[in-house]
Amino acid sequence: MSTVTTHDETSYVPPAEVGEMELYHAKTWLGKYVFSQDAKVIAIQYACTAIAIGMVALVLSLLMRLQLGFPNAFSFITPTAYYQYVTMHGMIMVVYLLTALFLGGFGNYLIPVMIGARDMVFPFLNMLSFWIYFIAVMILVASFFVPGGASGAGWTLYPPQAIIEGTPGTEWGIVLMLVSLFLFIVGFTMGGLNYVITVLQARTRGMTLMRMPLTIWGIFIATILALLAFPALLVSAIMMLLDILLGTSFFMPAIISMGEQLEYGGGSPILFQHLFWFFGHPEVYIVALPAFGIVSDILSVHARKAIFGYRMMVWAIVAIGGLSFIVWAHHMYVSGMNPYFGFFFATTTLIIAVPTALKVYNWVLTLWRGNIHLTVPMYFAIGFIFTFVNGGLTGLFLGNVTVDLPLSDTMFVVAHFHMVMAVSPVLVVFGAIYHWYPKITGRMLHDGMGMFHFWLTFVGSYAIYYPMHYLGFLGVPRRYFALGSTDFIPPSAASLNQAISIAAIIVGITQLLFIYNLAWSYFNGKKASDNPWNATTLEWQTDTTPPGHGNFGKELPKVYRWAYDYSVPGADSDFIPQNQPPRS
Amino acid sequence: MTITLIFMAGVMGVIVWWLVKQTINVQPWVADGVDAALLTDVDAEEVLLRPRAKSGLLAFLAVVTSMFCLFMSAYAMRMSLGDWTPLPEPDVLWLNTGLLVLSSVSLQWALHSAKHGRGASLRLGLYVAGALSIAFIFGQLFAWQQLVQDGYYLSSNPANTFFYLFTALHGLHLLGGLVAWIRAAFRVWNGVEAAQVRLSVELCAVYWHFLLIVWLVLFGLMLST
Repeated sequence: MSTVTTHDETSYVPPAEVGEMELYHAKTWLGKYVFSQDAKVIAIQYACTAIAIGMVALVLSLLMRLQLGFPNAFSFITPTAYYQYVTMHGMIMVVYLLTALFLGGFGNYLIPVMIGARDMVFPFLNMLSFWIYFIAVMILVASFFVPGGASGAGWTLYPPQAIIEGTPGTEWGIVLMLVSLFLFIVGFTMGGLNYVITVLQARTRGMTLMRMPLTIWGIFIATILALLAFPALLVSAIMMLLDILLGTSFFMPAIISMGEQLEYGGGSPILFQHLFWFFGHPEVYIVALPAFGIVSDILSVHARKAIFGYRMMVWAIVAIGGLSFIVWAHHMYVSGMNPYFGFFFATTTLIIAVPTALKVYNWVLTLWRGNIHLTVPMYFAIGFIFTFVNGGLTGLFLGNVTVDLPLSDTMFVVAHFHMVMAVSPVLVVFGAIYHWYPKITGRMLHDGMGMFHFWLTFVGSYAIYYPMHYLGFLGVPRRYFALGSTDFIPPSAASLNQAISIAAIIVGITQLLFIYNLAWSYFNGKKASDNPWNATTLEWQTDTTPPGHGNFGKELPKVYRWAYDYSVPGADSDFIPQNQPPRS
Repeated sequence: MTITLIFMAGVMGVIVWWLVKQTINVQPWVADGVDAALLTDVDAEEVLLRPRAKSGLLAFLAVVTSMFCLFMSAYAMRMSLGDWTPLPEPDVLWLNTGLLVLSSVSLQWALHSAKHGRGASLRLGLYVAGALSIAFIFGQLFAWQQLVQDGYYLSSNPANTFFYLFTALHGLHLLGGLVAWIRAAFRVWNGVEAAQVRLSVELCAVYWHFLLIVWLVLFGLMLST
């Protein structure tokens, strides 16, 4: 409060910057809780569906680990089943869990309430978005039960092997997978338009762009990326469906399968790879950017300190988003590309490390000399910094063509992307749930269970993925059902695989404790106050907890400051809410 | 992927330009004193000027453009693979193009009438635009029929496949637009004031112009290759 102004600040607020929204008030139970048009209900629906299908994918990963750790000990895990687990685990985790949870779940809940809006701008589309997502999930699940089972083509669905006989699920599985993805994208586009326009046009008075919390920035830019990148997956899904169902040859070369010349000819599998990864790489940042934003807010709130370099953080998010569109071919170094292309994509890939490293420094500097409260969300946020740095550093290895070639398709790659895009965002998801659960339900999550959950998950995931780097260096390939005997893989690799599997099972079971905590605390948790963490952002300043339909009371809050006024010298408390008027 | 990258660069350019305009020299951490300036920022005025539905439509058009750019990239890459036999575009396409241009023009005319409160010409423009669009879709189906009769089947050559794919996608988008058109036409039929349907007509007009441009680009691409 350095500048003391003499005039009344509020007189400068223009009268109707944001018009009041007309809310749709449902009268029936069905309209309130099932086909609800309230973003908060939709958010919870999204989150529950995503977590439920995520648990399925978690079980699939444990089944894979059982086969890898104890080869052939379980007769029901056939090679066919194994490849189906691999495929479905990857696809579900990346698209149906993380994308849906961060954008559909956290996006829906947090955007309106953090920017001071009553709801999303197109509530009906928002409702439709969830239900289309739900149908997409159901179709995906159905593919387990159709003749031939789910697709076993790997989550990248590369043709021609995704289509021709010999791969599991070429009868029905692959078709259902593509249809499900198609629906997911249609549903997501409806939601995504909502998120973008809400951020652009429904911010409350005084909530300028540069006063938005970084959570909103992360979700906002990630949504823009998703809106522009998902069409690439849509395009490849449509073209592949035509190849499968109508016998066109977009991606299918002339090919002999089972001794028979197929009718395909002239198509290019590489074309599919280009389209797929044009979606696939931005997808990494669609998942990562919301996590970046959320972790920035958690660190700032629980370290009682303004985020370091706010403006730089915003620009880093934008820069990462922009760069993510010109690095896709680093997933295709082994496809026989022109070395100059490889050089170009290696360079752009390494350039992304600059804004990313900048963010990491800023997180660490936010902690520096902060008044750190070691709450459960804070543990997860700090855990995220560690895992993210680890995963990011191995990314530097894989980003270089010459290092990538020998490491391609080994366990090293698996370790890298699980560290950087599985464990890291999931730690943020947990942190965010521990952080916002009190607002969503009105009760605190149990701390003891939370700590236990954190330590087992954090240490456990290191126990899983650290040794995998070593396996990768040995040359252990990924996606293999069984290793057989080779000259270069020592027997010790098998015992290492066993240890990894045991760690994975322990971590998997720990997640049940988290689910239990969610359920237990809903009924028995400590009652939460409106603002249990003493945070500044608008979602903590609502009249009721949990906030009712319309989020705020009679009047929308007015915003007078940015989201990070923690420990301001001379202030009455160590935080100043965004809607607190300046002293006159 | 050049086509897509050019589009992406354009989008990124717009976003960055807009962000720079909004954020440069803003110091959000200074809470007091500068407040009045921030509360009356340019952004707020833009919010008042542009209806949310229109922003939503513009964002949606960006998504659709991204999709068509990717299809065109795929077209360009697939074309270079050797087994490409260009197909003779049926002459009826020229007629169809004319129909689409006219329907765009008449929607623009309807919008102009709505702005000036001329109900009769608004109705006429809207109905004519719809009729022309439906005629366009039938014209496209006729073109398909001609090609099939001449033996250009969907899967016999990638050039054929892309022709059917492009026309089908464009037609489906137009059908989606016709749903919005039916709603607007229905309200006009029921005698709703011109001022109240103005936004619907405007959204239809923007969407139709967009689809016209998409068609011209696709048609030009297929003619020239």
